Amino acid sequence: MSEAAVAHPPGTQDSGKRLDRGRSGMACLIFTESCFFGIFVVGYLFYIGKSLSGPYPSDVLDFPIIGTVALLSSSATIMLAIRYLRKGNVASFAIVFALTIALGILFIVMTALEWNRLIFENGLTIGTNLFGTTFYSLVGFHAAHVCVGVLLMSLILTLTFLGHVNEKHSYNVELVSWYWHFVDAVWIVVLTTVYIIGV
Amino acid sequence: MAAIDQPIPSAPARSRAWTDTLHEWVATVDHKKLGVMYIASALLFFVIAGFEASLMRYQLFFAENDAIVPETFNRLFTMHGTTMVFMVGMPMITGFGNFLLPLMIGARDMAYPRLNAWGFWMFFFGTCLFYFSFLGADGLYGAGTAPDVGWFAYTPLTAKTFSRGNATDYWILGILISGFGSLSGAINMLGTAISLRCKGRTLGKMPLFVWLMAVVSFLILLAMTPLAAAQVMLLFDRFLGAHFFDTQAGGDAVLWQHFFWFFGHPEVYILIIPGFAYASEIIPVFSRKVIFGYPIMVAATIAIGVLSVGVWAHHMFAVGMQRELNIYFAAITFMVGVPTGIKIFNWIGTMYGGKLIFKAPMLFCTAFVFQFLLAGLTGIMLAAVPFDWQLSDTYFVVAHFHYVLIGGLLFTVFGAFYYWFPKISGRMYNETLARWHFWLFLLGFQMTFTTMHIQGLLGMPRRIYTYPADRTWEIWNQITSVGVVFQGLGAVFFFAAIIWGLRKGEKAGPDPWDAWTLEWSTSSPPPAYNFAELPEVRSRRPLWDIKHPDDPDWKYE
Repeated sequence: MSEAAVAHPPGTQDSGKRLDRGRSGMACLIFTESCFFGIFVVGYLFYIGKSLSGPYPSDVLDFPIIGTVALLSSSATIMLAIRYLRKGNVASFAIVFALTIALGILFIVMTALEWNRLIFENGLTIGTNLFGTTFYSLVGFHAAHVCVGVLLMSLILTLTFLGHVNEKHSYNVELVSWYWHFVDAVWIVVLTTVYIIGV
Repeated sequence: MAAIDQPIPSAPARSRAWTDTLHEWVATVDHKKLGVMYIASALLFFVIAGFEASLMRYQLFFAENDAIVPETFNRLFTMHGTTMVFMVGMPMITGFGNFLLPLMIGARDMAYPRLNAWGFWMFFFGTCLFYFSFLGADGLYGAGTAPDVGWFAYTPLTAKTFSRGNATDYWILGILISGFGSLSGAINMLGTAISLRCKGRTLGKMPLFVWLMAVVSFLILLAMTPLAAAQVMLLFDRFLGAHFFDTQAGGDAVLWQHFFWFFGHPEVYILIIPGFAYASEIIPVFSRKVIFGYPIMVAATIAIGVLSVGVWAHHMFAVGMQRELNIYFAAITFMVGVPTGIKIFNWIGTMYGGKLIFKAPMLFCTAFVFQFLLAGLTGIMLAAVPFDWQLSDTYFVVAHFHYVLIGGLLFTVFGAFYYWFPKISGRMYNETLARWHFWLFLLGFQMTFTTMHIQGLLGMPRRIYTYPADRTWEIWNQITSVGVVFQGLGAVFFFAAIIWGLRKGEKAGPDPWDAWTLEWSTSSPPPAYNFAELPEVRSRRPLWDIKHPDDPDWKYE
């Protein structure tokens, strides 16, 4: 061995601390998913006002206040749940986490009700016109991502009920919460695009 | 840290059943094995796509030839292009990145080993699905039709009405599924570069290879999901009656082009930047000089990455966009050539004043520098909108992109093969055979693709299965086609050099090239765990520091 290995270069002392791989991986996933949604948003914006016929947004869309409040508050509840878990309070974590899942399910139910009305009462399907095409694909992909999030959280809740989750796992649950916050942020973009700009 | 990492001695190998070996490879999550599998798959599809190209060149040898019917010709150029981009280029860069990245930053594996394995098998399944179309696709002409819509599958040709049957769906699904491999590879490489660098390996001290692969991974994350989105939109149009690209319903078929090229342009940078990475590692070692201008090389690559996202419509100049858009895209395209030019100066600056050693890796990388310069220049020519209006969809464009991809990427890939072959396999390749490979391939490549520019300038359109005899194109087509024979011979020598090396090559030892990055501190091939002790480094060239303790790099970085 030599002095090179022992002496330190002037100025640059590397502590060796790095962003942990869970967070960097989830950040990469969120970035790439944002690009995916971006294309559907661009498609939606491009086709605003271009439908040749059929139900138009202002005729059939109602601002989805219940679903939005549910989804946005579920972001707050998931943060609260993780705070409980970090302190080791697994019981409170389980309750608030279950509430988060319930709010997510409420969002999906409201979307389903809205789609039911649009399809059967207003006659709007993905093939009806450009509005239908862009609406169902954008909102649908978002709803699918909500479903995935609900599935992930249900898995965690099940493991919690089986007694396998404690404060060590707050890191893993935090990564899932990043995904959930992303889903929420996408909803804000979708809401603005579809129900504010597009109407 | 020991100068040459001493692997922990393992138990002597017993003779193993072939099923054991098969299981080991199929179930592996080791980045080195997955890297080898990616590279091996890429080589397999390289041969297949090369065969497809050879058939096309055979058909185009004579004017008004009828050896291959036009329907088959359409399938050939579609499969050739799609295969080369998605099933040769992408896995090749993922494979080399997978193998080398953890070793270069002093890690034991990639950040997400199981994601890595999943990504490989998704890629492999996607490619098998894509090629199954030759047997199973149900096109307009009955069973056995592969996709025939061109590698960029423009709408409205790919709409259900004009592409009946499911040949186009094989194109969509094959790429969509194998794209998961690229995405998982990118998340892995970026996550690994961010999170698993050993102590001392700050961002400013990463080998240029790692920096460039990080930029590539970022571009993959940015560009591949838009492609997936556009393909899903096309699937919706084809199966659910959606109207994304349906002009009858007020939709816009050109929207597909925008979405596709928003992916497609970064894609070509995704393909070539790893080539830059290989050259940036090989040229310094064979010039016995450190890379010239490391910080500017990093900055230039980031600039290329950023700018490449904004130039996509230079593939669409002939479509009839507004004048202002044409001007904007032309301007940005001119700009994106500047950082690339800077890199070329830096490679030349590295070689200048160095002690040049022209072993096979260096031969290929030197040819790359000159060929890529020419290729880039034809690209700049095409960026001038009126020039492009003349030459869009002619063989000039085909010549340009083959020049960048073969003269640029493939040459550096061959260089990388020879450079890292001793590390991956533990043996040296055959230098004589490698030189035959180089000179034959160089001759063939120049014959084929330099002449191809002339055919383009004379007005020969691309994707035609034959041409009239009175156009003066025939002689150029014949030279082009003969060049393919030499490239094929070169490829034969390539496989010979590698196979000879695997069987009879002398043992390479850990560091046959007297190189400086961390992978050369492990045994060849590296042990499964890479490093017995995780290294601690002080500069970009840790092995230089060890070999030259009186003149360590960290004094100058």
